[in-house]
Amino acid sequence: MTGINTNTQQKTVFQMEAVSKTYDMGEVKVRALRSIDLELFEGELIVLLGPSGSGKSTLLNILGGLDVPTEGKVWFKGRDLTLASDAALTQFRREYVGFVFQFYNLIPSLTAKENVALVTEIASHPMRPREALGLVGLDDRIDHFPAQLSGGEQQRVAIARAIAKRPQVLLCDEPTGALDFQTGKRVLEAIERVNKELGTTTAIITHNAGIAAMADKVITMRSGEITHIKHNRVKVTPSELEW
Amino acid sequence: MNCLDRKLWRDLLRQWGQLIAIALVVSCGIASFVMSASAYDSLKLTQTAYYDRYRFAEVFASLKRAPESLRDRIAEIPGVAQTQTRIVVDVIVSIPEKVQPATGRMISLPSVQNPMLNDIYIRRGRYIEAGKADEVLISEAFAEANHLDLGDTLGAVINGRWQKLRIVGIAISPEYVYEIRGGGSLSPDNERFGILWIEREALANAFNMDGAFNNVTLTLSRDAKEEYVIDRLDRIIEPYGGLGAYPRADQLSNYIVSNEIKELENMATVIPTLFLAIAAFLLNVVLSRLIATQREQIAILKAFGYTKAAIGFHYLKFVMAIVLCGATLGTILGLWMGNGLTGIYADLFSFPLFRYNADWRVVFSAICISILGGVIGGLKSVYKAVSLPPAVAMRPEPPPEFKPTLVERWGLQKLFSPAGRIILRNLERKPIQASLSILGIALAVAILLTGRYFEDAITHLVEVQFRHVQREDLTIVFNEPRPARTRYEVAQLPGVIRSEVFRSVPAKLRYEHYQHRIGLTGIQANGELLRPIDRDLNRVNLPPDGVVLTKKLAEILHVKPGDLLTVEVLEADRPVRSIRVVGLVDELMGLSAYMEINALNRLMREGQTISGAYLSVDANLADKLYTRLKEIPAIAAFTTRQAALDSFNEMSGRNMRIMTLVLVTFASIITFSVVYNSARIALSERSRELASLRILGFTKGEIAFILLGEQAILILLAIPIGFALGYSFAAFMSAAYNQELFRLPLIVTKSAYAFTFLVTLITAFISGFIIRRQLNNLDLIAVLKTRE
Repeated sequence: MTGINTNTQQKTVFQMEAVSKTYDMGEVKVRALRSIDLELFEGELIVLLGPSGSGKSTLLNILGGLDVPTEGKVWFKGRDLTLASDAALTQFRREYVGFVFQFYNLIPSLTAKENVALVTEIASHPMRPREALGLVGLDDRIDHFPAQLSGGEQQRVAIARAIAKRPQVLLCDEPTGALDFQTGKRVLEAIERVNKELGTTTAIITHNAGIAAMADKVITMRSGEITHIKHNRVKVTPSELEW
Repeated sequence: MNCLDRKLWRDLLRQWGQLIAIALVVSCGIASFVMSASAYDSLKLTQTAYYDRYRFAEVFASLKRAPESLRDRIAEIPGVAQTQTRIVVDVIVSIPEKVQPATGRMISLPSVQNPMLNDIYIRRGRYIEAGKADEVLISEAFAEANHLDLGDTLGAVINGRWQKLRIVGIAISPEYVYEIRGGGSLSPDNERFGILWIEREALANAFNMDGAFNNVTLTLSRDAKEEYVIDRLDRIIEPYGGLGAYPRADQLSNYIVSNEIKELENMATVIPTLFLAIAAFLLNVVLSRLIATQREQIAILKAFGYTKAAIGFHYLKFVMAIVLCGATLGTILGLWMGNGLTGIYADLFSFPLFRYNADWRVVFSAICISILGGVIGGLKSVYKAVSLPPAVAMRPEPPPEFKPTLVERWGLQKLFSPAGRIILRNLERKPIQASLSILGIALAVAILLTGRYFEDAITHLVEVQFRHVQREDLTIVFNEPRPARTRYEVAQLPGVIRSEVFRSVPAKLRYEHYQHRIGLTGIQANGELLRPIDRDLNRVNLPPDGVVLTKKLAEILHVKPGDLLTVEVLEADRPVRSIRVVGLVDELMGLSAYMEINALNRLMREGQTISGAYLSVDANLADKLYTRLKEIPAIAAFTTRQAALDSFNEMSGRNMRIMTLVLVTFASIITFSVVYNSARIALSERSRELASLRILGFTKGEIAFILLGEQAILILLAIPIGFALGYSFAAFMSAAYNQELFRLPLIVTKSAYAFTFLVTLITAFISGFIIRRQLNNLDLIAVLKTRE
């Protein structure tokens, strides 16, 4: 699969070839991905669209080394992730990948700053937690515990936590799914800013088509297959988004 | 402090109640272990050191009278290291201002203090002065029981002459660590029996023992054969009325002290090991579930690139923090209690110095066992969480497959409300977890029952021994066998309501290569004051011929009714005879070999002869009787049943009861901890589900019913299992306490079951109450915000 690159100098970050994933759910087998081919490039902001159960999260998890495909190959900058051991995948996540989850998944017993520090402590060239929280506009809430933060704030802590290690890829699974319109926008702004300022390859999962307008590339999925890939010639900023 | 450590610290603080409950289980296990083991070590060490330093003899023998020249022949026996000849005589002693007389065992001392076998340690005062025939040292326990001090005087009938003895020293000896007279009595009566050390010349003069001795003790060289030396010694002293030499193992004081130490070793190994194992198991169950509730956090750490090892180490620290807390508390508690227990023994036994000694290896191994239990449990869950791909682990566990339960398949669902069905399906869905919870609670119930078992067993033992078997008030023993007509004189003594005579003959019973030194006791067949009984407390009738043995003695000798025993009598002409075992009795204390008195007289080929009498006494006339007894030189000793009972209660009884109290307390704590943790973890695991139900309109009461109802079913299932387990523990203890000195019957009373049931229910209610309050604070909004 070859996309039309807006910038011909871009390097390939991820390459997937005939990737399938089947979950064994006791009595039934769920085919989450069916022979996916895909290429993602450095600095791209990608939006993955699709209804529930279309395989978006599975795709993202496999890219992030959180899960392994049942069949097929995945390369990250030429390294075959499907051959990687559990320890190697851990190392891969530690060095290159930032995650943002729909339900934030902050450690409840740690403050905002400490949640970020949890990641910076094991990264090789991290920014300071305060700096990361500044990037998402949370300078004044750094000593709050998750329970003392609103949903949007918690999600921005999660983003700060994900980007603080200066990852090469930022993977966001429904980052605004649990948030209202205005808060959602602020979170997306934070993500866009990271993408722009740090040049981090970013993939956002959403089932909200309105968000697609901020992406370089929009991938639509259904029933474990990619049905459509669209390149936005003109991106809009999150503040201009409407849904 | 890095962030993971901070998380650790806050997690610990947040769940403090639960974690303290877990730590308490550890501390109970370790405390009981450390207490018993350190008391055991202290006692063992003290005993060994004392025997060694004060040259406790290894072979003992009494005889009638032998010339001092015999000493050289004895010393020449190959294997004999040191030889000591003495004069030992029991006399009636009168203590100023005391109505009851006492038996004084007079032991000769050389006129100049030199290191000797069975050396005395002078607690207070000084050694006797040469040539002063009226100076004595007395044993410490006797002095204390009778409030005697230096300078006080005692009266004694020595060889028919009244003599005044002045106390110049208070001493102890390795021979009488436990001061007991012997001759059937296994309980000390320090008020009525004591040791008097006196210059040998004075004793020799009084008892016509100039240049002679009636007691010899030996130590052996390293390569000596004990049996050989005893055999040779017996042959040498036989013509001089030798009563049979015996080894240190059979020396009464040592026998009892060693038994007590052995008993403590049982206590120190069996029960605490059981406790520790159970604590480790509970720790395993509780921590594995506790950490399982952190499954998602573990997954996130892994998603961020924390290695398995780093995550494992993090939770290892979590487990270690709890275990070490418990271990520290347990060790401190155990040392404190061990010190206390050692103090009790220090009171009971006469040692020159009782040093409390805790072996750190013991403490260390106890802690290691706990840590192992906790770590295995904790890391099992961590491993389960980290070995899943993080994407999978971060999701809540896949919705479990629910099926209609067995009850519903039987078509009984109408009997249950939706809430009831939730409970049943939950239990049936996680059979392993439910079984582990049940097993955990059952084990707690079992140790509670075991703790109570000791109390009941001792009570039963006392009841059997001191109400069903021994029914006399007083036992008198003559200084030598008397003709049967003496019984009429005894019956005439003031205050005597009933008297029954007995004949007791020191003997060695042999069957094949098994043998045991024991007195044959001849009693009246229709006697009421001493009644041999069987297991059901029914009287065992003595047949006109043959011997009836305590079951334990039959075990030692490997005989059964019908077998022919060889009896080697150790007095008079020392006849050797054969006698048939005609029955067994189930006495719980000591060992006995009963015969009908006439049968014993026939066996001895003597006329009607008696050694003493059991008396039933009118309490109002008791003082008069005692005054009269003091004046009768023919009486060497007398014991009261009450004193024996008191001293039993003081010795084994008290120790056992203290242990029981400790065990029951610990078992209650463990029961509470297990029940509480089981419910509390269920609450963490299911808070979302329960909060969702609340949102759907279930009342607080209804969700409490779902959660606590499940726990109630677990507890109700666990109790009968715990009873069965507890009964088998009790059976195991009963087997472990099948000793010569006493045997614990397998008696688990209804009240023990009731007590256990009640304690379990109370702890269940308390934890239910706490959980109920936590349920009231369930955060409903949090459920809406997070995924299901």
